[in-house]
Amino acid sequence: MKFHRNGLAKMYLNSIFTNPERLERLLDIAQSSFLPLLEGAIQYTIPLTLISFTIGLILATLTALARISTVKFFQIIARIYVSIIRGTPLLVQLSILFYGLPTVGITLEPFTAAILGFSLNVGAYASEVIRAAILSIPKGQWEAANTIGMSYSQALKRIILPQASRVSIPPLSNTFISLVKDTSLASFILVTEMFRRAQEIAAFNYEFLLLYSQAGLLYWIFCFLLSLVQGRLENRFDRYVSKA
Amino acid sequence: MIAINNLHKSFGDLEVLKGIDLNVEKGQAVVVIGPSGSGKTTFLRCLNILETPTAGTVAIDGHMADFSKPLPKKQIMGFRKQSAMVFQHYNLFPHMTALENVMEGPVTVQKIDRAEARAKAEELLTKVGLKEKMNEYPFQLSGGQQQRVGIARALALEPKVMLFDEPTSALDPELVGEVLQVMKELALEGMTMVVVTHEMRFAKGVADEVLFMDAGRIIERGTPQEIFDHPKEERTKQFLNLIQNADTI
Ligand SMILES: Nc1ncnc2c1ncn2[C@@H]1O[C@H](COP(=O)(O)OP(=O)(O)O)[C@@H](O)[C@H]1O
Ligand SMILES: [Mg+2]
Repeated sequence: MKFHRNGLAKMYLNSIFTNPERLERLLDIAQSSFLPLLEGAIQYTIPLTLISFTIGLILATLTALARISTVKFFQIIARIYVSIIRGTPLLVQLSILFYGLPTVGITLEPFTAAILGFSLNVGAYASEVIRAAILSIPKGQWEAANTIGMSYSQALKRIILPQASRVSIPPLSNTFISLVKDTSLASFILVTEMFRRAQEIAAFNYEFLLLYSQAGLLYWIFCFLLSLVQGRLENRFDRYVSKA
Repeated sequence: MIAINNLHKSFGDLEVLKGIDLNVEKGQAVVVIGPSGSGKTTFLRCLNILETPTAGTVAIDGHMADFSKPLPKKQIMGFRKQSAMVFQHYNLFPHMTALENVMEGPVTVQKIDRAEARAKAEELLTKVGLKEKMNEYPFQLSGGQQQRVGIARALALEPKVMLFDEPTSALDPELVGEVLQVMKELALEGMTMVVVTHEMRFAKGVADEVLFMDAGRIIERGTPQEIFDHPKEERTKQFLNLIQNADTI
C-alpha cells in the first residue's frame, strides 16, 4: 500500500518534471483558474465573512448582555441558544437551514441560508468571549460611571465595552479567521464561493490536487493578511495600557 | 444640606449599617473614622446609591430619597447627581486621558457642548495642579496625580456634596500631601464634604465634625478636639490608641 502511494507520488512529480507538456497544462490550468477562484472569493467568501461577522458580533453582544443581565428569562434564552449552536456541527446547521426548512415551507436562497448559519454561529461563540471580557472589567469602572451619573447603557457604551474590546481582540480575531475558513462549508449548500469554484473546475479537468491546493493557498493568504490587521488593532488598543 | 434618618443596610443576613442619623450643614466637612469593616465605605456608597439602603431616608439639598420602598430609576439618577464619589483606588477610566476622564460626565451625561466641557475640564485640572498632565493616560500618572484627576472628575458635575472614601490610603506616603492639599482647598471654598480618612492632621485642620463608627453605628461624634483629645467612649479610645501606635511604629 505504502509502496503503491509512493509510486503514485513519484509518477506525479515525474510527469511534471520530465514531461514539458504536462507541466505546461498544469500551469495553464493554474493560471486560468486563478481568476474564477478569486471571483468566488470576492463574490461570496469575503462578503459572507464580513456580513456574518458583523451580524454575529451584534448578536454576540446582545447574547452576552442577556447572559449577565439580572433577568432570568434572558439568561435562559441566551444559554439555550449558545448551547444548541455550540453543541451541533456547523454542517448540520447549514443543512437544516437550506435543505431542511423547505419542508416546513421556508425556502432560503443559498447565500441567505449561509449568512444566517454563519451569523448564528459567530453570535454563539463570540458571545462567550464578549461575556468574559465584560466580566473582566473591574466593578470599580461601573461604579465610577454611575457616580458621574451615567445610565446602564451609557456606562456600557462609553466605559465598559471600549475596555472589553481591547481584551477581546485576540480571541475575536480567532473567531474571524475560523469564519473565513468555515465559509468553505457553504459550498455544501450550493454557494459558489471559492472552494466550490475549485470543486467545479476540478470536476471538469480532474486536477484535484492542483485546484484544492490553489484554493488552500488563497485561504492561507487571506488569513495571513488578517493576522497582520489583528496586530495593528492590538497596538492601537494598547496605547492606554502600561508597556511594563 | 444632608439629612440622614435611620439609615439601614444589610447584605443578606449581614446587617452592616444599623441605623445611622446625621445632619450636615452646607459648607461643612465631616470626617468619618472607624475600624476596618465597620461600614464606612458602605455608608458613603449608600449616600450615592452605589448600594441601595434597606431602610431609612436621605435628603440632600432638598432631594429626598425614602428607601423603605423601591425607588424608580429616574429618581435614583436624580438623587445621585447631588453627590459625587472619590474612590480609594481612583477608578479612573484607563482608556481616556486625564482631560477626557474629566470631560466624560459633562459631555455624556449633562450633554454639554464639547468645547465648553473641555474648557471647564482644563480649568478643573489646572486647579488640582495637573495643567501639564492633561493629555496623559492614567497609567502614565502617579497615584497622587490619578487621585487628583479623580477629584476633578467628580467636581466636573458640580455636585452639592463630595464623598471621599479613604482617598489617600492607597498612596505612597510622599504623595498623600498633594491630595490632602486639594481637599483642604475645596473645604475652604465651602464645599460640603463627607470624608472617610485616618489622616489625623487633615481631620484636625479641616473637619467641622468627626464621627467615630463601629459595627454599623455612629458611636461618638464631636469636634476634632473632642474626639481626638478627649474621647468619651471606650471603643473610641481603643481605636485611637491603635492608629496612633501604628503611626509611631
Ligand atoms: N457587596 C457586599 N456584599 C456583602 N458584604 C459586603 C459587601 N460590601 C461590604 N460588605 C461587608 O460589609 C461590612 C462593612 O464593609 P465596609 O463598608 O467596606 O467597611 P469599611 O469601609 O469600614 O472597612 C464588611 O463586613 C464587609 O465584608
Ligand atoms: Mg472602606
